Amino acid sequence: MQRGSDTDLEAMAKAANPARIRKAPENFLGADEIAAVSNGRRDFLRGAFAAAAALGAGAAAAEESPKGDEMILKPQTWATTLGQPVAATPYGMPSKYEGGLIRRQSPGLTQVAGASVSFMPLQGMFGIITPSGLHFERHHQGWYDIDPNKHRFMINGSTPEFVKKAKVYTLDDLMRFPSVSRMHFIECGANTGMEWGNVAVPTVQYTHGMISCSEYTGIPLRTLLEDCGVDWKKAKFVLAEGGDGSAMTRTIPIELVASGEVIVAYGMNGEMLRPENGYPLRLVVPGVQGVSWVKWLRRIEVGDKPYATKDEAVHYIDLMPDGQHRQYTSIQEAKSVITSPSGGQTLLEKGFYNITGLAWSGRGKIARVDVSFDGGINWVEAKLQTPVLSKCLTRFNVPWNWDGKPAILQSRATDETGYVQPGYRMLREVRGTRSIYHNNAIQSWKVVESGDVGNVQVL
Amino acid sequence: MFRFSKPALAQVVFLAAALAAASPARALDDFGLGRAATPDEVKAWDIDVRPDFAGLPKGSGSVSDGETVWEGKCAVCHGTFGESNKVFSPLIGGVTKDDVKSGHVAALKRPDYPGRTTFMKVATISTLFDYIRRAMPWNAPKSLTNDQVYAVLAYMLNLSEIVPDDFVLNEQTIHDVQKMMPNRDGMTYDHAMWPSAAFSGKKMKPDTHAKVCMKNCKDKVEVASSLPEYALSSHGNIADQNRHVGQVRGQTTGPSAADSAAKKHPAAELADASGCLACHAVDTKLVGPSYRDVAEKYKGQDVSALLFKKVREGGEGAWGDVAMPPMTDIKDDDLKTLVAWILKGAPSK
Repeated sequence: MQRGSDTDLEAMAKAANPARIRKAPENFLGADEIAAVSNGRRDFLRGAFAAAAALGAGAAAAEESPKGDEMILKPQTWATTLGQPVAATPYGMPSKYEGGLIRRQSPGLTQVAGASVSFMPLQGMFGIITPSGLHFERHHQGWYDIDPNKHRFMINGSTPEFVKKAKVYTLDDLMRFPSVSRMHFIECGANTGMEWGNVAVPTVQYTHGMISCSEYTGIPLRTLLEDCGVDWKKAKFVLAEGGDGSAMTRTIPIELVASGEVIVAYGMNGEMLRPENGYPLRLVVPGVQGVSWVKWLRRIEVGDKPYATKDEAVHYIDLMPDGQHRQYTSIQEAKSVITSPSGGQTLLEKGFYNITGLAWSGRGKIARVDVSFDGGINWVEAKLQTPVLSKCLTRFNVPWNWDGKPAILQSRATDETGYVQPGYRMLREVRGTRSIYHNNAIQSWKVVESGDVGNVQVL
Repeated sequence: MFRFSKPALAQVVFLAAALAAASPARALDDFGLGRAATPDEVKAWDIDVRPDFAGLPKGSGSVSDGETVWEGKCAVCHGTFGESNKVFSPLIGGVTKDDVKSGHVAALKRPDYPGRTTFMKVATISTLFDYIRRAMPWNAPKSLTNDQVYAVLAYMLNLSEIVPDDFVLNEQTIHDVQKMMPNRDGMTYDHAMWPSAAFSGKKMKPDTHAKVCMKNCKDKVEVASSLPEYALSSHGNIADQNRHVGQVRGQTTGPSAADSAAKKHPAAELADASGCLACHAVDTKLVGPSYRDVAEKYKGQDVSALLFKKVREGGEGAWGDVAMPPMTDIKDDDLKTLVAWILKGAPSK
């Protein structure tokens, strides 16, 4: 079944009725609190969509019964009839009730979908691995599903002195090499780019959704360069080139290749790469922005000078206040974000919540994450969930008892180099507001008395 | 535990020795995989051009030749003067004669300057040659000859008032052009976001120095920005973008997707299935005009046949400079339904 079909959407709408016995939100707030809730924004929403709210409250009330929960007292279809057989869905799909958690475009961000972005739904994700079907997308000239038997991978020198033998490999060749599997995050350099100057988008899907994290399987590029007889002393840079229409090219520092970290990958999360992610071959450059992870990888050239390709000379350059652009900005510095609760969400009632989010650094492991509930005046240290891996997403959790009063939630990551994620004031003092790329500022979510969470920026 | 009997073990040893003698042992890092690339194969794929012009092919093209290529293949997306932002960011504009002299684009210092064109940013002419050759035109990449690439680049340089009308760009004159690029000195490598000292010769430190403070870290919390009311519904109904179970729900910021889906006009579904909605929307202009605007334009006229032909065969000029591609895959009956629906103003029910 295709996700997001009409049938799914109807099912979702039905599922929207809370399954627990719960009073409607209007009932658990005191009179004073309700007055406080009635700010302009809520009035606007309530006025526009009062009908929907009334429906929700009615449905919840109908489930109350003196004997207990009808879901327990009455036998349910799924407990009293025969279910689906094995392999009814040969390639399994998420529950139809999960249809809202899909990749989405940000309206108005780009003019054509062939050169655009779709964002990963961080607001509903757990742990650190991104389901492959939800991996964010960034294509420059559309995507193809390339026949793996027609794909070729070439390594050559910018002149013959850099590699003894220019070679061509098929996927049959590449998949026989000794392989490694490693978990890494990939973040677009423009992630959070819409927010440099001010708040622009409502939810964490759009503020931070150009990130994903997978287990990649492939061959260290170092192994393949050595197979071609690379001259490590002469080699300073490699150029990675894609096999798509854009023939995407990026300069990669030889240090990262020599370290063995850069992988020529065919596998992702236990299966082959998805077509949108470069099937059958992509480069994995841990810690470095996504544009360098060239998809549909067809060629690596070894040389001694950088290439100033379009996506490192016209785009993916960071404008500073003095009018100069920083070029070859590549490493994604330490960053974190609370994913639940987050912008556009509503807390159901007062009481206990698990504040959860993600932290990552392009320079290594996350060392600690601190969380503030008062906009950055006081902080508590979050618990990092294992595994904590280098250049990989790290999940953090903090317990919170919400007293129903306004709060501003923030998270602040520190990586193993000692680098601490900056706030907006500090970042803007150095880089201004026009950089577009590499915004790793502390994200703030404001909680108001109604339980509504909104995107704000705090200085 | 399995054990070899002595005679069996002797046999294994003998067999191993025989195999070793037959084919000398190969080191485990000598994979013997892949093959040598032929010179023609390398030539076919190795098309990159570096800032020092390594890889630049011979060829030449004049400004006037470039104008012809531009109008035939480029203007449809980039506008007659490269100024259009309808499909992509503008290419031309924002640079001055003074910038050509100084090597820094002055407008980049101005926070109030609206947008940045390609020529305001790019420092290296090789970048444009390389990119046009490998990736343009957008829907037919790698289809230009080298001379056409030189020509179209000459025309863009002329539009940017960097070279005169009678200029001819070739593998020699491109060196002179590099010295006139308006933002040629506009790049800096002084940052810590490249993992080596390859550029600046020194290992740079990060540019922010936040500290881990835990108590009373500031006096007041200044909320500098929040989402304006009008933008709350800009991303659709957020309730539909969240799970309907768990510790939170999404806020209702618009009509639910289920409601919208239930109300959909059959022709609207047809438009969606036929790919029309990639470029058109009912009431907002995307790449193409909105259906409401089309209906308004032809109000009171019988243009069904004309519109049928326009959609079927494609066209340009009626709604700005982005062309409508021919729609050959839609069945006649479906296309008639679509045209009738559009001319009625694309009603939702």
